[in-house]
Amino acid sequence: MSAFSRRGVLAGGAGLLVSACDRLNQSSGVRGLLQGAADLHLPAQRLITGRDALAREFAESQMSPQFRANGNTAPDDPLYRRHAESGFVQWALRVDGLVRHPLDLPLAALQAIPQRTQITRHDCVEGWSAIGQWQGPQLGTVLALAGLLPAAKYAVFHCADGFSGVPYYESIDLIDAFHPQTILAWRINGAPLPEAHGAPLRLRVERQLGYKHAKYVMRIELRSTLAGLYGGKGGYWEDSSGYQWYAGI
Amino acid sequence: MSEAQGPEPRPAPRGGDLVRRHRLSTRLWHWLNALTLLIMLMSGLMIFNAHPRLYWGHYGADPDHAWLELGEHRDVAFPGWMTLPSHYSLADARLWHLAFAWVLAWGLLVYLLWSLANRHIARDLHVTRAEWRPSHIWHDAKEHAALRFPAGAAALRYNVLQKLAYCTVLFLLLPLIIATGLAMSPGMDAAWPLLVDLFGGRQSARSLHFLAMVGLVAFFAAHIAMVVLAGPVNEVRAMITGWYRLPKERR
Repeated sequence: MSAFSRRGVLAGGAGLLVSACDRLNQSSGVRGLLQGAADLHLPAQRLITGRDALAREFAESQMSPQFRANGNTAPDDPLYRRHAESGFVQWALRVDGLVRHPLDLPLAALQAIPQRTQITRHDCVEGWSAIGQWQGPQLGTVLALAGLLPAAKYAVFHCADGFSGVPYYESIDLIDAFHPQTILAWRINGAPLPEAHGAPLRLRVERQLGYKHAKYVMRIELRSTLAGLYGGKGGYWEDSSGYQWYAGI
Repeated sequence: MSEAQGPEPRPAPRGGDLVRRHRLSTRLWHWLNALTLLIMLMSGLMIFNAHPRLYWGHYGADPDHAWLELGEHRDVAFPGWMTLPSHYSLADARLWHLAFAWVLAWGLLVYLLWSLANRHIARDLHVTRAEWRPSHIWHDAKEHAALRFPAGAAALRYNVLQKLAYCTVLFLLLPLIIATGLAMSPGMDAAWPLLVDLFGGRQSARSLHFLAMVGLVAFFAAHIAMVVLAGPVNEVRAMITGWYRLPKERR
């Protein structure tokens, strides 16, 4: 009876459960239902949250002693490397797409327009959190300088980094783009962004998880749709691994 | 008692009688919730694997002090046979977890309101003053330890340990795990800042979420043990059909 030992039956039961779960996980019908539930998160949160409801801001005494850097920490793109070696003096942020006036904004110009400084909590999708101080112009100010065309619905952030040759990018809608805490940060904890944190410029979109906070932002493109861009899901992790485009939860 | 019209007065049920035990609302919610909690547990363990460290306070990451650390980074903390999916996929686990979170939260809310309306809470779960007496609880604990369970008419009602266990799950652990789950959402924290502050910060909420899970798993283990000891066929049938055969009185 060793084939029907209790341990064997338990292991067999667990094995059946695992394979049943994995088969359900791969079923397109099941995934469609699950995605339907996931698609409720954005409207549900927008329903109960004011458009301009602020993420909690903290005191300096509440900051993480050390802010963990995540994702890419040293892009190997040759153009980026040249800018990094020269301290980004020749670098400019490109703002284009559905705008009236495409812009090339050098770092000095981004530092000269009104700044916002905020101490906020950064929440990684993996579960950890770090609190740090960020400074930069509000994205809304930059977009107003460029002047949006009526068809613009999304701001797409094209980045200098990537994974295995696939460029990193992210996107947000205009409600988050014009949120007062959505800034283009060039400073962390009082010092210019180190390369590990996304020098020269990273997005802060404080009501969403860390993967939305694109680092090494080179270009902001205003678009009417996310379809037709890379995998069409609006971000590197969304395309490559199925993370949700709305990361408020 | 004279009732000219109406049904015959029924004699008190005795051991061996089939009686109506569980309401439809309880049976429906019980099985829906059992499935939901299994999916939440398995997908939650996968999410935990993405960062198997727990902290107290608002922040907490690798450089900070963790009060609990299980295994190394990625799929070591909980093995694949415990997780949904069985291979490492934080994105898929979140898809399951955050979809079934809707079922868990709305299911509990509807069930509690339904149980208020049909007086399940007042009649079956409410712990009476007499039952709160330490001597009564102690007596009940001794009976459980000796595996002497109520029989006959006494088995019509939940005993005090049973009530306390169910109330802990319904009114403490499930609301806690839902609220701490919501408190981990940066969008919810902007909407309802008091929620995350109530738990002392997002990382504290994450720790309490994990501990509430441990509490629910402990309840599940005790619950299954009691079902097995009390007669699994009768107990499971009662939770499916509602009909329960009262255990015979001991002689």
